[in-house]
Amino acid sequence: MEAILSSFLTKYNYWVFIGLVMIGMYALIAKRNLVKKIIGMNIFQTAVILFYVSIGAKQGSTIPILDSGHGHDAHHAVQAIDYINPLPHVLMLTAIVVSVATLGVALALAIKVHQQYGTLEEDEIAAQIDKP
Amino acid sequence: MRFIALITILLMGGLLFYGLPDFPDWGDPASPASTHVSPYYIEHGAADTHAPNIVTAVLADYRGYDTMFETAVIFSAGLACFFLLRTFRQKSAETKLYRHIPTGVTLRIEKGGKTPAGSEEFEPIDSHWVPYDMIINMTCRLIVPFVQLFALYVIAHGHYSPGGGFQGGVIFGAAIILFAISHDLRSVFRRLQEKTAILLSAAGVLIYAGTGVLCLILGGNFLDYSRLAGLLGVDAVMARSHGILIVEIGVGLAVMAVMVMLYYNLSSAGRHDEGL
Repeated sequence: MEAILSSFLTKYNYWVFIGLVMIGMYALIAKRNLVKKIIGMNIFQTAVILFYVSIGAKQGSTIPILDSGHGHDAHHAVQAIDYINPLPHVLMLTAIVVSVATLGVALALAIKVHQQYGTLEEDEIAAQIDKP
Repeated sequence: MRFIALITILLMGGLLFYGLPDFPDWGDPASPASTHVSPYYIEHGAADTHAPNIVTAVLADYRGYDTMFETAVIFSAGLACFFLLRTFRQKSAETKLYRHIPTGVTLRIEKGGKTPAGSEEFEPIDSHWVPYDMIINMTCRLIVPFVQLFALYVIAHGHYSPGGGFQGGVIFGAAIILFAISHDLRSVFRRLQEKTAILLSAAGVLIYAGTGVLCLILGGNFLDYSRLAGLLGVDAVMARSHGILIVEIGVGLAVMAVMVMLYYNLSSAGRHDEGL
């Protein structure tokens, strides 16, 4: 029992990830305001980014910038264990900027919807669409 | 609706929780993600590309295709925002508002009145109360050049320290947006027109894709920078390092211009008047 409990406790990064995913997903499904939905989408993206970056961590290693990375002979001393995994950082680096760009498009659509219907509440928009 | 959503979310959370023991421990060096591809990048990155910052090397060299299409995604997001929001037909208002810059007095000119258009001392404004504060204006005016300089440093020094095209481009865009917030959109348009921003974002993507095509013309694979060695006059490893810098500059241009375009269009709902 203690082993199971400690195995859950040492994985606290996934706890945060699961919590953020649930918050973001709930906002996407249950909220009726479009801006709140967009915020939920952003929280969801943040959760995925946290998930990836936390996967790249290694105990007792440093950032993936080589200490003596100059010249051709430097690479002999480099051990993969000394540096954290650079791959999730690369993927999330682009994902962060792309998420800002998609946020811009989402907000542009929200502005358009507001210009058309005068509201951002989903049920009010649906009522206006049903009305001929 | 809320109840169903809650049930769904709890179910999803429960499934993730159920899979939790299968995930590797926090900071486990032997986790599957850290044992297959990334050791190669860490151990050979510097020898292959002469870039101590492995993130930069992977971003612009090993995974160059991915980054190129990410840049294209950002570019198309900027264009999408432009096409969605931009309106060119202006409703000509009944009354026009002008502010006398030295005194801060606002003039309200009725229809048919003579407007001080073209005068250096007056500027057109759109609402009765436009926030104008000299301290904020001057502080931002002083800070913006240093922020821009830092952005250029982040782009140019991306091989050796945390940084690169995406980060530097966002910082540069933030500097321009800071100027736009502290002044108004019109004074930013005098320095960076919308047309220039669109051209810059397209130029950024073109630099990236053009570098790839250049490598293709020189007989290598697409985005194989070592083929640029003859053109740049360095050996193949240094050519990859320089190739990374070239595409990072392209990425920085595209990201900066798209951030600015997004702000232009979102803050004024596409009308491009005085903005926020």
